[in-house]
Amino acid sequence: MTAALHTLGVAELGKAIASGLTSSVEATQALLARAKADTLNAFLVVDEAGALAAAKAADARRAAGEAGPLLGVPVAHKDIFVTEDTPTTAGSRILEGYRSPFDATVVARLKAAGTVSLGKLNCDEFAMGSANENSAFGPVRNPWDATRVPGGSSGGSAAAVAAQLVPAATGTDTGGSIRQPAGFTGVTGIKPTYGVCSRFGMIAFASSLDQAGPLARTAEDCALLLSAMSGFDERDSTSVQKPPQDFHAQMLAARTGASAARPLEGLRIGLPKEFFPAALAADVGGRVRAALAEMEKLGATLVDVSLPRTELSIPVYYIIAPAEASSNLSRYDGVRYGHRAAKFADLADMYRKSRAEAFGPEVKRRIMIGTYVLSHGYYDAYYLQAQKIRRMIADDFQACFQQCDLIAGPIAPTVAWKIGEQGDDPVKAYLADIFTLPGSLAGLPGMSVPAGLGEGGMPVGLQLLGNYFAEGTLLHAAHHLQLATDFHTLRPAA
Amino acid sequence: MIKLVRGYEVVIGFETHTQLSTESKIFSGASTAFGAAPNTQASAVDLALPGTLPVLNRGAVERAIRLGLAVNATIAPLSIFARKNYFYPDLPKGYQISQYEIPVVQGGTVPYTFEGEQRTVRLTRAHLEEDAGKSIHGAQIGQSGIDLNRAGTPLLEIVTEPDLRSSTEAVEYAKALHALVVWLGICDGNMQEGSFRCDANVSVRKPGQPFGTRREIKNLNSFRFLQQAIDYEIDWQISEIEDGREIVQATVLFDPDTGETRMMRTKEDAQDYRYFPDPDLPPLVVSREWVEEVKARMPELPRAMAARFVAQDGLPEYDAAMMTQSLATARFYEAARDAGAPAKLVANWVMGEIARRLNAEGKELSASPVDAPLLAAMLRRIADGTIPNAAGRKLFEALWSRPAGTPADVDALIEQLGLKPMEDAGALEAIIDEVLKANQKSVDEFRAGKDKAFQALVGQAMKASKGKANPAQVNEMLRKKLGNV
Repeated sequence: MTAALHTLGVAELGKAIASGLTSSVEATQALLARAKADTLNAFLVVDEAGALAAAKAADARRAAGEAGPLLGVPVAHKDIFVTEDTPTTAGSRILEGYRSPFDATVVARLKAAGTVSLGKLNCDEFAMGSANENSAFGPVRNPWDATRVPGGSSGGSAAAVAAQLVPAATGTDTGGSIRQPAGFTGVTGIKPTYGVCSRFGMIAFASSLDQAGPLARTAEDCALLLSAMSGFDERDSTSVQKPPQDFHAQMLAARTGASAARPLEGLRIGLPKEFFPAALAADVGGRVRAALAEMEKLGATLVDVSLPRTELSIPVYYIIAPAEASSNLSRYDGVRYGHRAAKFADLADMYRKSRAEAFGPEVKRRIMIGTYVLSHGYYDAYYLQAQKIRRMIADDFQACFQQCDLIAGPIAPTVAWKIGEQGDDPVKAYLADIFTLPGSLAGLPGMSVPAGLGEGGMPVGLQLLGNYFAEGTLLHAAHHLQLATDFHTLRPAA
Repeated sequence: MIKLVRGYEVVIGFETHTQLSTESKIFSGASTAFGAAPNTQASAVDLALPGTLPVLNRGAVERAIRLGLAVNATIAPLSIFARKNYFYPDLPKGYQISQYEIPVVQGGTVPYTFEGEQRTVRLTRAHLEEDAGKSIHGAQIGQSGIDLNRAGTPLLEIVTEPDLRSSTEAVEYAKALHALVVWLGICDGNMQEGSFRCDANVSVRKPGQPFGTRREIKNLNSFRFLQQAIDYEIDWQISEIEDGREIVQATVLFDPDTGETRMMRTKEDAQDYRYFPDPDLPPLVVSREWVEEVKARMPELPRAMAARFVAQDGLPEYDAAMMTQSLATARFYEAARDAGAPAKLVANWVMGEIARRLNAEGKELSASPVDAPLLAAMLRRIADGTIPNAAGRKLFEALWSRPAGTPADVDALIEQLGLKPMEDAGALEAIIDEVLKANQKSVDEFRAGKDKAFQALVGQAMKASKGKANPAQVNEMLRKKLGNV
């Protein structure tokens, strides 16, 4: 069944391997061939030898009687996760030649579950960006239209999954970096509650916001991956002390009062009026409302709610995230690892030149913004004020969740734009983050679920947000939408 | 009464970096042991490799709580770790994790003795932080080495109010704090290895005037340097003012070779550290139960122990205070007392002969050739009248100067040295008769009413007996003879 192997999702492939229809080695070979032929610049490294060795090991584990839905299933990792077997760049020149002596917890856990890593995926430098145009290793192209961006910062992950180079990939979401590229490429992605996945080994951008999650083709595949990736990790002090969760079981659990025809019976979905502004692109608004209408048919009720500080989330995020980033990125100083300028006059000059040479413009911009807002005399007016509003935004969500179980809206105001279209105006890109930022600032779980095609035949994503630790509710709703519709099965032309 | 220096009042406050005695670092599992080969005790976290995160060592927090309880401070139920951002090669993350706005220990007082008087210094705070690594300059021309073994070592920075008024008082406070942290078992107190480093904030003012501008002397790692540095600084500041110059707020370093302080940086070139709460570390929550747990395992504090020595052993208050100057002293005292030596006698010898000899030889009590059991064995023989007090000194001398490591048998030594008092009354009588004959002048003076002459005769008799005579017996026999003659 080699020809069709790349079309299988995580659950399907796992079952095919378990039933002996194929093997991990066979599936890995098929996908390696596609990954090596990648024309999207999604893969930074294809680790052929490592993948084949892991596939063989997985098949041996199967043969020895081990089971598991992910055993032998190929995946690939966003290059923001450090890995022992391959270089890690975070999309930056500053990590030139760096090799991590350990795997990120998320990587190690997926490895333990038997997944086979095909390699590392391109992303915006240090996950800063929403178009994957900020990678030091070139932009990633959208498989639906190679002249368009795939979204960011997990653009390589989204493009690779959408183009069927790999059934699933890891990503990270700081202000929308899983949800938005998933939306732009028509795949399913989930950012869990802050603290559900360990940040150990995830190269930090903004520590209080960064969270790992999977991108795959279905909610079910996301549930399987998230179960393996997540869980308490004593090496991350912000990791939530909860026993391991079976998100797949949570996804399958029937709601009380539900029936086969109305599986979402009793589910109240809140629609914040701020998520549906007059300026919202008609195709996006139309597709999102159509998907919500499908959910209504499945028993959900739609409720009008309000998140009054939605617009404020942009300045708040673009103060807090750069502030943390400016400090997190101080370790890249050319002293112990990574790029060091070839010539310098003294210590200060070494720092200046090494960092100036190796960081890209968006990273430099955010370091400067972050340094400024933390400076003496500005801290109160910017950083502290932003933290206060962040708290209020979280409170606004809690007020909403008094009236609804999930919140829905678009992922982004438009479909994916053309590469280079935003030119030199970073603020334009920042404004496009408006719908994903509030959930990030509140630390809430969120999903991007395909909702059909909009302008230019480009995918539109439906965003679902849940209350803290409501991943099960999110996955359940998305799963039933996907059982009832085929938005998630749409694929770009090969 | 405040002593003025050249008409100025001196104002001193302290910031002391106390290295906590945890086995591993404050945010990583690497060892804190001193003296390992460079960079062998630096983990991925200490090297700030990409993706690493800090995890707080609860042992460090417990040690901070212990200090807080000992000085009657408030233990903050919630405190915050912040990042202090600056670039330096021995600071791998580009920031130091330290408590800034809300420290774990707030307020409290440290008691100390100054000129025989019990005093206290108010603490502002004590906060947890990580140490930086070390830069090693000059090992290779044009290059600097970095050793990150020390990076991430837990420190408790103990900050006082500007309560001290002289360099000697400052030294007494520093000694008391040093003794306390060692007593509490939270710091090994090794000043040469940098486990206890003092920064002194010094300013001067005319009495009644507001505080003068202060200069901070960094990293003083001996009590002697502390005193020298402060004295130099006071003198320098007064001269500047007298010469019509203003003191500029600055950080200075003390050079032990020249005995001078020299400027490191002024407030103008002070960096903006861009402090903000570390998002990698949730607020430190110290529950009531945790504090109680630590309290239950606290050693008896010096002041409580001193009170017990007064009540239980009948020591005078001064002696009790001296016996609780350090945990080592208290342990020594208690061990000797428990081995059957009279308490007051132990205190006398510890404060007297032992202190003198240790001082002269620059030794710590732990290295005393006469340890507590040996001292007790010796004092028991004085107490039971086997040997007179005067013979005790000879015995002590013999015990002290015996070849290091050789066992000592007190009773055998007494025999060997012939220290037992003369029990033979006939022999003593003969000695006394000799003395009276040879010192007719003293006898006459005594008869003329000079009591001093009697003491001289006692002394002569003791001398003639080579110290073996029982002084009381000599006294009695002399009086009898002088009355008769």
